Amino acid sequence: MIVRSNREIAENIFEMTLQGEIVQEITAPGQFLHIKPSAQPVPLLRRPISICNNNKQNNELTIIYRTEGEGTTLLSERKENDSVDVLGPLGNGFSIDETKQEETALIVGGGVGVPPLYSLALALFERGVKVTTVLGFADAASVFYENRFKEAGEVYVSTIDGSAGSKGLVTDVIDNESLQFDRLYACGPTPMLKALEENYPNAQGSLSLEERMGCGIGACFACVCHTQNDPGGSEYRKVCSDGPVFPWREVVL
Amino acid sequence: MTRLQTNLPGLTMKNPIMPASGCFGFGEEFANLYDLNQLGAIALKATTNHPRFGNETPRVAETPAGMLNAIGLQNPGLDKVISEKLSWLETYDTPLLANIAGTTMEDYEEVAADLSETNQVGALELNISCPNVKEGGIAFGTDPDLAAELTRRVKAVSTCPVYVKLSPNVTDITVLAQAVERAGADGLSMINTLSGMKIDIHSGKPLLANESGGLSGPAIKPIAIRMIHEVRKQTELPIIGMGGISTLNDIIEFIIAGADAVAVGTANFTNPFICPELIDELEDYAKAKGLENIQELRQKGVNSF
Repeated sequence: MIVRSNREIAENIFEMTLQGEIVQEITAPGQFLHIKPSAQPVPLLRRPISICNNNKQNNELTIIYRTEGEGTTLLSERKENDSVDVLGPLGNGFSIDETKQEETALIVGGGVGVPPLYSLALALFERGVKVTTVLGFADAASVFYENRFKEAGEVYVSTIDGSAGSKGLVTDVIDNESLQFDRLYACGPTPMLKALEENYPNAQGSLSLEERMGCGIGACFACVCHTQNDPGGSEYRKVCSDGPVFPWREVVL
Repeated sequence: MTRLQTNLPGLTMKNPIMPASGCFGFGEEFANLYDLNQLGAIALKATTNHPRFGNETPRVAETPAGMLNAIGLQNPGLDKVISEKLSWLETYDTPLLANIAGTTMEDYEEVAADLSETNQVGALELNISCPNVKEGGIAFGTDPDLAAELTRRVKAVSTCPVYVKLSPNVTDITVLAQAVERAGADGLSMINTLSGMKIDIHSGKPLLANESGGLSGPAIKPIAIRMIHEVRKQTELPIIGMGGISTLNDIIEFIIAGADAVAVGTANFTNPFICPELIDELEDYAKAKGLENIQELRQKGVNSF
């Protein structure tokens, strides 16, 4: 795909817009791209990065990533009109078919788990669903997309150090504001997902996982997790090809 | 179109290129991307007698020009491999090299007997070199007497040829190669991954849940080339060469070193179309060089150094 823009939107957080035919193949919010940051054998592997939003009319999509290591740093150096080796769209995204118009959806995102939730929020909003979003970040410098999510409904932000929004975790916001919902959608650090699953043991909706991947297509068995039905057994789900989105309580977090 | 034709015991291949065991599952994922009949053969993911979940995650870690993996032989077990995977593969005419693993000799015998009885696998590949399981596996791959005994016992219960996949985690790989040859091996696969470790300097702990893992990718190619070259000087057994292959030149280098066929592993993860691409490139190369068969490369190569 061709880079249309690539800019830092928060501390070490980059938003890249890419153009290419594969945008037409996106079927649901929450799918991801598997990106080769370099044509050279170092770094060797692709990086899974979720799709934040897409525009099928002009074949563009947006990804948001944090520069954490060698691969994402190389990616952040790409300029307009550079090409990027992309495999995708991969994985199964969020299903919103069962969410009805008059229902309320609570969207909870943490850090770089926020991006795939943006197109989900827009899709739910377009469907007529009432959307409330809670976004958690480390500090004020790492906050992004707060205003973008407001296009879909009410937005609450929390930061660990209290430098933006309310001080504390996303779960504190939900408690303090007594947020009610029919459907719960989340993506972020595993402790956040675990806390949500414990606090709302009957929640309907789904969560999206992040995991180290090899192939991204289900062949290498690098990103496998246990199921809650058979937590110590041989039953499994592959995050890349069975997920990355799963219903609540399906996989062991 | 016979320039690439490669005939090895149990494996009549239209070209010498196959995906390596463990890097291709049982083929289903790649069948969505291209026709598996293009492949010379398919080396299936290791099968054990009972289902295995494998190791906890993280199971992979990137290293310079390579990767470490510690999957832990995850597979659905012998019965499901036969009833689901092999029956699905029946629609393809590409020969199958079934990789088998276990923790005891009896495990290997059971899997070998049942898989060869299906008549669907062209040959077996004895996995005596997986570095990622706690018992069995690699012990059979580092002790020449155990390797020979296992080979003999598996040969005795198998109705198809048996290749032994050698571990590079030994002082002298030719000792192992000769031991399994004397025990009746029909061919060799080499090399498996090299045992390695990556430490997360922030946590101070190994990055992989299994602590150590098997190193693969371009980083290990020179080791594979050296070992194949050494073994080729000692034996005329067919060798399926592997270890970091990702380009046409890599394949040529392996054949010159003494490989009869090659397996592509880690490169399938970075480019899922790598095998059919390399097959096309090798065909073009053979044509451009005027080779009637690709094995002419090997004859030129190994005899000259």
